[in-house]
Amino acid sequence: MSGPLLEVDGLSVRFPTRTGIVEAVRNISFSVGREKVGIVGESGSGKTMTGRAVLGLIRPPGVVQARRMMFDGIDLLSLSERQLRSIRGNRIAMVMQDPKFSLNPVMTVGRQIAEAYRVHTAASSSEAKRRTLEMLEAVRIRDPERVYGAYPHEVSGGMGQRIMIAMMLIPDPDLLIADEPTSALDVTVQMQVLAIVDDLVSRRGMGLMFISHDLNLVASFCDRVVIMYAGQIVETCRASELHAATHPYTRGLLASLPRVDRPTERLSTLVRDEAWKTEPGVDARIL
Amino acid sequence: MHAVRDVSLAVRRGESFGLVGESGSGKSTVLRAIAGLARDWTGRIAVEGENLGARRTARFYETVQMVFQDPYGSLHPRHTVDGTLSEPGRIHGLANVDARVLELLRDVGLGPEFRFRFPHQLSGGQRQRVAIARALMLEPKLLLLDEPTSALDVSVQAEILNLLQRLKRERGLTFILVSHDLSVIAHMCDRLAVMNAGRVVEELTVDQLRRSEPSHPYTRQLLKASLGYDRAAVDALETFD
Repeated sequence: MSGPLLEVDGLSVRFPTRTGIVEAVRNISFSVGREKVGIVGESGSGKTMTGRAVLGLIRPPGVVQARRMMFDGIDLLSLSERQLRSIRGNRIAMVMQDPKFSLNPVMTVGRQIAEAYRVHTAASSSEAKRRTLEMLEAVRIRDPERVYGAYPHEVSGGMGQRIMIAMMLIPDPDLLIADEPTSALDVTVQMQVLAIVDDLVSRRGMGLMFISHDLNLVASFCDRVVIMYAGQIVETCRASELHAATHPYTRGLLASLPRVDRPTERLSTLVRDEAWKTEPGVDARIL
Repeated sequence: MHAVRDVSLAVRRGESFGLVGESGSGKSTVLRAIAGLARDWTGRIAVEGENLGARRTARFYETVQMVFQDPYGSLHPRHTVDGTLSEPGRIHGLANVDARVLELLRDVGLGPEFRFRFPHQLSGGQRQRVAIARALMLEPKLLLLDEPTSALDVSVQAEILNLLQRLKRERGLTFILVSHDLSVIAHMCDRLAVMNAGRVVEELTVDQLRRSEPSHPYTRQLLKASLGYDRAAVDALETFD
């Protein structure tokens, strides 16, 4: 079927608290095709909750509402928890920010990745091991045999993140949701990890939802950008045209970044306008 | 295991000096050795011409103060802003602690209403302002800044960097700034040293950096990577050990 890989229409995420209902995500619409879509925003903008809502990972008392949430012809809203589990990790995978909290500390790296593979396929254990070693090599781990038998505490942060990515990619997902996957990494390792994901998008036609606070990175890495503020999408554009963004929030964020190639005496600071919160959001769907 | 090996640098009075490098390069260890937080160092460290011994004196802390990376971890969760700010003043027997607390709050852009709040009632940027105010309590001359904005949103980072620049101007401070972010170093500093695997690979001025004139290939690679993602450039990345 044609159309985008993921279409989200009118998504809201709410959390009841003692002081009233917090609207983390407010009526947003966007789509992800076989492309790299960057979701950019500051802390509290709702970008992480958006990623979690797509995967059905918002737990009660959180409430997820949407008019439509379609993934490759499947209505995600109508799925049972059991049906959702067969999609999660298999067809839609998610890489979280910190490998320290995402890997099982008492299980070797190799067994964890092989398990991720065997849960979603009928592969034998020797086949799973072979694929795991291949995958570790694909994420540029120099000595896959050694890392296969290592425990998470025995690897560096950068390697831990590459292991996470290997684990998420081994079932060959159609859509990868990456939540700040490289922000804890050194810039050179970050570039290498991004290249792995980039190649998967261009070679295998995977879709990527790249959640990040780093505007420069998203502008240079993604195809499209969605900018979130206070739970809404305030602007969307081609990544290559981000420098020409028009919304005052986006412009303010861009201007507040120090740049090696453009010295300034004083950085401009963002003056937030209350009106941004009540503006109607922008529809970031390409259908 | 040497975290840092044979590092030599000299920082002039009133200068902002940057230390840049990736994790494990030893940049924070250099700062911690100066501050007296890393004990096992050999060599010579002198502040205002005076050699430092194994232990730091009270007078040292009246000259040198440090601001840490994580404003969530560096403030005592059960102390109010007032308690945090006045503690160094009381330890060092300052006379006018109360007035100094109010003055400092104003100087870092927090009103008197913040005085009796706890860290959990503050945002990340406000906490970092408190940490900066605490560092200024004893009117030091040299501030050691260890990734002071890497835990903050970019718009808040801009506010904190502007604040640091203003305080430096008003108080004639000297900065040593550690960061993994070349653009932050370029914005704040006059000169910088690039560290890799515990050594300084290159020392250069920010002007040289801006003109893309680093001489060491490691610095060139760091500079290129900091300008954004470039698929073609990734395959050319080298490992420097």
